[in-house]
Amino acid sequence: MTAVDLRGAVVLLGGFPALAGVDLSVERGDIVLVRGPNGAGKSTLLHLCAGLLRLSKGNGDVLGCDLGADRAAVRRRVGLLGHDTALYGELSAAENLQVWARASRVGETDVPGALERLGLPPRLRDVPTDRLSAGQRRRVALAAIVVRRPELWLLDEPHAGLDSSGRQIVDSIVEAAAAAGAAVVLASHESGPAGDLATRTVTMAGGALSEGMAQ
Amino acid sequence: MTAWRELSRFTGDAVLVASKDLRIEWRARTALGQMLPFAVLVLVLFGFALDANRPTLRLATPGLLWMTVLFATVVAVQRSVAVESADGARRMLLLSGMAPAAAFAGKAAAVAVQLLVVEALLVPGVVLLYDADIESVPLVVATCVAATVGLAAAGSLLGAVVAGVRAHQTVLPILLLPVSAPVLIAATRAFADGFGTVAVDGWPWVALLAGFAAVNAVVGAVVYGPLLEDT
Repeated sequence: MTAVDLRGAVVLLGGFPALAGVDLSVERGDIVLVRGPNGAGKSTLLHLCAGLLRLSKGNGDVLGCDLGADRAAVRRRVGLLGHDTALYGELSAAENLQVWARASRVGETDVPGALERLGLPPRLRDVPTDRLSAGQRRRVALAAIVVRRPELWLLDEPHAGLDSSGRQIVDSIVEAAAAAGAAVVLASHESGPAGDLATRTVTMAGGALSEGMAQ
Repeated sequence: MTAWRELSRFTGDAVLVASKDLRIEWRARTALGQMLPFAVLVLVLFGFALDANRPTLRLATPGLLWMTVLFATVVAVQRSVAVESADGARRMLLLSGMAPAAAFAGKAAAVAVQLLVVEALLVPGVVLLYDADIESVPLVVATCVAATVGLAAAGSLLGAVVAGVRAHQTVLPILLLPVSAPVLIAATRAFADGFGTVAVDGWPWVALLAGFAAVNAVVGAVVYGPLLEDT
């Protein structure tokens, strides 16, 4: 089943074409790496797939929902890890995830398990997240996605700021999600560890998929 | 049954957002830590400016108090906007799938609670500092509630409008202060009756405040979603 189907997707940001006619298809169970230099449009592509940006031209469906008319439905079913963590700094990791779980209408009971799975030590779970390191905050942000169990995972530079154990945890979570039937789109400026994880790689430059899809 | 479930879900989401904002504020104490000393300072400085002339101060009490509350509203709304702007936290509200109207109601409710705390300290403050007398407690309370809901709704709405503007901290007062002029006028008139400083019927002014609050609450609930998406 197709999770992402973009056809000639154009996104203009302040008149500038951040995405310039992108065609992309991602099936459930796929782990697709979108590789490209800074400013290539990778983050814009992920935000579009998350229903956070409007299509300026072209068409697109995500999880069967039209990106033009039903972005709210898309947003309810995806998990997005961006450059920022979308955490409230004054709240602890556990509190952030509880708020997120209640807002997303998923079980709060999964919160401790998700934090444990991401390797956040118990002593840090009740510490305000603005006192955690960048890598630890990133783990909490990933735990929020784990709690939600989305059908489409959109991870921007998923290994950024993580140590080797963190990277291994991310890899295992991504593989488990894909094995469970979710689609995963990773964005990275380098092939690196994300390249080893991907089942398919596409390359972006100047807002376009410049090299098509390579196995 | 569906309508009841929707209402229950809306209320639950609004309470979730409000309690989240209040918990953050309780931890950071940014808004209250700034608002309360600021509000007290304004009242004291007004006293100096009017040469500690008790009759004049007593006459000016309603206006001075609501000017102070208006300034406190700016601080509270700026903080409310900052909470969602930091580290892309606004994305949580968007991706959660909760109704934007519920998120708006929660944000406005949190601002309103903080303003009510400020007012609960300011009203006794003016009684002490300006030697004012409260002649109608129900009128004063009703005015505080109606005006606060209006200020919180208008402030949260305009906060969402300016959230994506780089200079939002300076743009917000420029937008909020003129929009809040009806609250300043109506609340001052109603308080003038409540404090017995002017022979005027305060209740029609409370009705005006309630109307202002209702309009801003409805407009905010309708447009908050598109505003959240565009910032």
